[in-house]
Amino acid sequence: MTDRKPGSNRKARVVGLVALSILAVVFLTPVYVMVVASVKPPNQADAIYMWQLPESLETSGIEQAWAKLKPNFVNSLLLVLPATIISSTIGALNGFIFAKMPFRGSNVLFASLLLGMFIPYQVVLIPIVRFLQYVNLYGSISGLILVHVVYGIPITTLIFRNYYEQIPSEILEASQVDGATPFQAFTRLMLPLSLPGFVVAGIFQFTNIWNDFIFGITVIPDPAKQPITVALNNLSGTLSIEWNAVMAGALIAAIPTALVYVVLGKYFVQGLTSGSVK
Amino acid sequence: MGDVAFRGATRQYPGSDFRAVDELDLDIEDGEFLVLVGPSGCGKSTSLRMLAGLEPVNSGTVSIGGRDVTDFAPRDRDIAMVFQNYALYPHMSVADNMAFALKIGKVPKDERTERVGRAAKLLDLVDYVGRTPKALSGGQRQRVAMGRALVRKPEVFLMDEPLSNLDAKLRVQTRTEISALQRRLETTTVYVTHDQVEAMTMGDRVAVLDRGTLQQVGSPQELYKTPDNVFVAGFIGSPGMNLIHDAPVSGTTANCAGFEIALERDILGRIASENSETVTIGLRPEHLTLGSEGVGIPLIVVGIEELGADAYIYGELMERGERSSSLFAIRVQGEARRRVGSTVWASPIPGETHVFSTKTGRRLNDSPRR
Repeated sequence: MTDRKPGSNRKARVVGLVALSILAVVFLTPVYVMVVASVKPPNQADAIYMWQLPESLETSGIEQAWAKLKPNFVNSLLLVLPATIISSTIGALNGFIFAKMPFRGSNVLFASLLLGMFIPYQVVLIPIVRFLQYVNLYGSISGLILVHVVYGIPITTLIFRNYYEQIPSEILEASQVDGATPFQAFTRLMLPLSLPGFVVAGIFQFTNIWNDFIFGITVIPDPAKQPITVALNNLSGTLSIEWNAVMAGALIAAIPTALVYVVLGKYFVQGLTSGSVK
Repeated sequence: MGDVAFRGATRQYPGSDFRAVDELDLDIEDGEFLVLVGPSGCGKSTSLRMLAGLEPVNSGTVSIGGRDVTDFAPRDRDIAMVFQNYALYPHMSVADNMAFALKIGKVPKDERTERVGRAAKLLDLVDYVGRTPKALSGGQRQRVAMGRALVRKPEVFLMDEPLSNLDAKLRVQTRTEISALQRRLETTTVYVTHDQVEAMTMGDRVAVLDRGTLQQVGSPQELYKTPDNVFVAGFIGSPGMNLIHDAPVSGTTANCAGFEIALERDILGRIASENSETVTIGLRPEHLTLGSEGVGIPLIVVGIEELGADAYIYGELMERGERSSSLFAIRVQGEARRRVGSTVWASPIPGETHVFSTKTGRRLNDSPRR
C-alpha cells in the first residue's frame, strides 16, 4: 500500500510518530497512575507501589469514594447543566445580535465584552462574594450558577457570533420580508441552525464549569452543597490519606467531561472548523 | 393597488462620499413589470433593497400603493422578494419554506396547505415538497424561491437577479416562465438584472441606471430606438451601438473617420447653441451596410461572428490612418462575408443615425419614432 503524498518522507514520518508516542506516554502517565491506584487495595496504593499493576481488582476504593462524593457529584450536575444551558442560550442571543443586527457602537461593546474573558477570576472573587451576599444567593448552588453564567457570557458570545457570521444574511432578510420579527427570525431560523454552535459552546462550558474549583470553594462554604471538585480536595484533606479512594474519586470526577468529549467530540471538531473550509 | 413611487430617493452608504442611489424618481404602475438594469455598482440592487425596506433611505420617499412606506419595516410593506442566491431556509422542507410567511402571518392551516399546494403545482414542485433545499437542483431551488413569493399574494414582487445562478439554457427558459407567470398574476413586479437581454425581453418598461443615477425609463423599443444619452445607447442592444466620439462638425456634416454624415438642421442648431465643435455619432450594427470601396467608414476586419442566418463583422475603425481600439460591429445578411484583415467600408443607412452631445452625452436628435 503506497498511498503517500508526493514529497512525503518515510523517515520524517517515523520520527514524527516516535515523538508523538513519547509525548502521549508522558501525557497519559498520571492517568495510568490514577486508574491503576483506584482499583488497588489501600496498602498497595502508595508511592512505593505506584507504578505496579494491581495484584487483584479491588473495588473498595471506588465504593468508598462514591459513598463520600455522590452528593457532591449530584451538586455538580445540578450546577453544570443549568449553567451550561443558560450561558449558551444567552451567548446565542448575544452572538445573533452582534453578528446579524449590528447597531451603533456594537463593535466597541463586543470588544469590551471580550475583555471579560481576560479578567483573572482571583480579581473578582471578593466582589462576587459581596454581590451574592447582597442578593441572598451566597452559599447556594443557584448563586454559583449565576457566577458561571455571567463568567461564561464572553466566550459563548464569541463562539456564537463567529458561528452566525457564516450564516448568509440573505436568509434573515428573506425572513424579514416574509414578515418575521427579529425575535421570530432568531427562534425559527437561527436556533434550528445553531446545533453545531451549541455543541461547541456546550462542551466548552460543561468542561470549564465542571472542572472549576475556585468559584465553588469561594461561593459555597457548606461542604454538603459544594461541587465535586471541592469535595475531592476535601477527600485528601484527612490525616491518613487512602490514595486508592482519592484516585477513585478523581476518576469519578473526571468521567463526565471525558464522556462529553467521547460522545460530542466529533461535532466539536466539526463545529470549530465548519465555515473555515468552503 | 400595487403601484410604486420613488421620489428623490437617495442612499449614501456610511463612510462613502458617493451616492449609491442619487435622487431616484420613478413611478411604477400597478401590475407593471419593470426591470432595473445597469452595470454592477449602478445602484439597481440598492434601489430594490430600498423598496424592500432592507436598506435605509437617506432622503426622499418610497411609497407602495399610495402609502408612504419609507420608514416601514420590510414586514409591514406587503412585498415578497426573490433573492439572487434564493436564501431558502436550509433546515425547512420545500413546503415549509413556502408556508413560512403564511405561518408568521397566522394564516389558518387549511388555507396554508391549499395555497402552498397550488404554488407547488404551478411551479412543478409537487414531487419535491418534502425535500430540503440541499436535495434540490439549482433550477428547483429557484422555483422554490419563486413559490415562497407567490404564496404570499403580495402587492409587489421584488426580484434581485433571480436567474443569475442558473445555466444559460435554463435561464432562457425560466425567463419566459417568469414573464408568463407575471402576466397571468398581474402583480406589480420590480426586477433587477445586469443583463440587458433579460431586461429587454422581460420588462414592460426598463429603467437604466448608471452610477446611482437614473438614465432613462421606457419600453424596450423606446430605449433601443431613441436612447436618451450615450450610456443608454451603448448599454442597450447586443452588440451595443457603435459610437464614434468627438466627430468634428463642419458645415452641415459630421466627419466620421473620413466619412461625412449629414446632420439635420435642428441638430445643427442644438450643437451651435451649446457651442460645440464635435458630436458623438451612434450607429446600430443593423443600420450599416457594406458599401463599395471608398464609400463609408473604413474598418479593418478583426473577427466575424457567424450566427447562421446573418453574421456580425467586427472591425477596427481607421481614424486618420490609425487603428482605433474600439470595435465596430456591422450586421450582414447571408451573402456578404469578408476575410479577417481585409478592409471594409461601412455605409450608414440615412435617417438611422443617432447624434449625442460631446459635452453632456445627451441625445440631440428629435425622437422621430417615439
